[in-house]
Amino acid sequence: MTVYIGCGAGFAGDRFDAAAAIIAELASRDAPKYLMFECLAERTLASAQLEKLKDPSKGYSPFLDQYFSRHLGAAMSAGVKIVSNLGAAHPISGAQRVREIAAEQGLKPPRVAVVMGDDLSETMSEVEIRDLPLMDGQDVIHRTMRAANVYLGAEPVAEAAATGADVILVGRTTDSALALGPLMHEYGWTDLDRLAAGTITGHLLECGAQVSGAYFADPGKKDVPDLARVGFPIAEVQEDGSFVITKPKGTGGLVDRATVTEQLLYEMHDPAAYLVPEASCDVTGLTLSDDGENRIRVGGVKGHARPEKLKATVSVDFGWMAEAEISYAGIGALARTQLAGEIVETRMREAGVTEEIAFDIIGGGATFGRGAKQFVNDAGDGDYRLRLSIITDDKATAQLLNDELYHLYCSGPSAGGGIRNALIPQMATASVMVPRDLVSPRIEVIE
Amino acid sequence: MRPLHDIAHGRAGDKGDTSNVSVIAYRAEDWAQIKNEVTAAKVETLFSRFGNVKVHRYELPQLHALNFVIENALGGGVNASLAIDRHGKTLSSFLLTEFQVSS
Repeated sequence: MTVYIGCGAGFAGDRFDAAAAIIAELASRDAPKYLMFECLAERTLASAQLEKLKDPSKGYSPFLDQYFSRHLGAAMSAGVKIVSNLGAAHPISGAQRVREIAAEQGLKPPRVAVVMGDDLSETMSEVEIRDLPLMDGQDVIHRTMRAANVYLGAEPVAEAAATGADVILVGRTTDSALALGPLMHEYGWTDLDRLAAGTITGHLLECGAQVSGAYFADPGKKDVPDLARVGFPIAEVQEDGSFVITKPKGTGGLVDRATVTEQLLYEMHDPAAYLVPEASCDVTGLTLSDDGENRIRVGGVKGHARPEKLKATVSVDFGWMAEAEISYAGIGALARTQLAGEIVETRMREAGVTEEIAFDIIGGGATFGRGAKQFVNDAGDGDYRLRLSIITDDKATAQLLNDELYHLYCSGPSAGGGIRNALIPQMATASVMVPRDLVSPRIEVIE
Repeated sequence: MRPLHDIAHGRAGDKGDTSNVSVIAYRAEDWAQIKNEVTAAKVETLFSRFGNVKVHRYELPQLHALNFVIENALGGGVNASLAIDRHGKTLSSFLLTEFQVSS
């Protein structure tokens, strides 16, 4: 037997149409098949939490409609089950929205299994949450709390799959659980090596096309065909935990040892101890082998004892960020750009602003220099863009930076143009450890 | 000398204020040189422009890959940083471009 798992989105805002090729590819396979959409960032979750407080029929991801309205009908016809964290802060309301979309499109009403229990604020007070052992974020944990969600892991996702649902919606789980959950259900896995292998399957899939040629191209060194039509990945998983990473026929992109290796190490720290709720995964003996065109076979993943506690993310208000830019080009442009920055800095300090202001010159090493004023072009002629940024608790102070840069149009150096600015509320996060007995995931089936 | 970019590729990821950057040999015959020359100490020196960084290096010889975990590299992390690239997504290119290996 083979279990097929495709990934149609690797972040909230990933290509809306990419899943169509996966569904078409899997339609003819007579085997269990799943499609995951991994779309939940901290910011999405925290803002969804605010939406839910304002309107109890909301709180699911604002991207849910984009993916479900395009792919639900095709997935149901093809027998491909959808597994996603588009439920965000309120998967129950997300499930209702999925059923509304089905009704609007004249589809058979889908059976939707919802995983809940990740929202710590349902069972714990803010004081209790702040008293949990802190992993990081000591300097922000005291700020106004907007969301506190524990990473549930794959077990409840497996339970949801066991209900025979067409769609599984979750809030916060580990991203890789969107793959491991279905695999635990289909194969009944309990041993650590297989749980680790299923986690690495999910880890390789969870960023979408990052494993199949996207976020990889470096023309002349790493050429990737047809990125405009890049194929999103499919894993073909065997009962022993070994699997092949591939992509739908007729799509762009590339699956080879290099693309898989880059994604394997993406956001990984110690490769002997990649922690998820089910296991500590060890990829130091992981093997990659060619298995035909755009097919890489993965084996040799080991699992060790699972961590004692679960990790939760606490999102807190962190004030406002202002960001403003202006361009200068031609002879002496670098000096004019520097002068513009000095003018704004002088006026901000005279207004009593004490917070750090980032002073970047784009075209002058800003991305690698990070405000360090290290310029790659000393001649000073060229095409430069001043970027200033500040984070403050006070919205008016952040706005002042944008105003001062805007004033440069008529009160700054010669020939500056192309001003853009933004004022964005900021969220910071802290991580806490939660004893397992404080967490009780539950499943609800809506049909 | 030549930039590491000539013989290796990689990708950067972020978790909080910690970046991880992989360095992967294109060709098996360059793996020994990469393993010998791209040391944690030299990477730490290179990244010190971003703050008081601490670098851990992990080896995956069967993949001809190194994984560098660089603490305090992201100006406080994606939520707090004033940098243009708050995730440090460009740090893989920074390492491959700025790190020199022998010819």
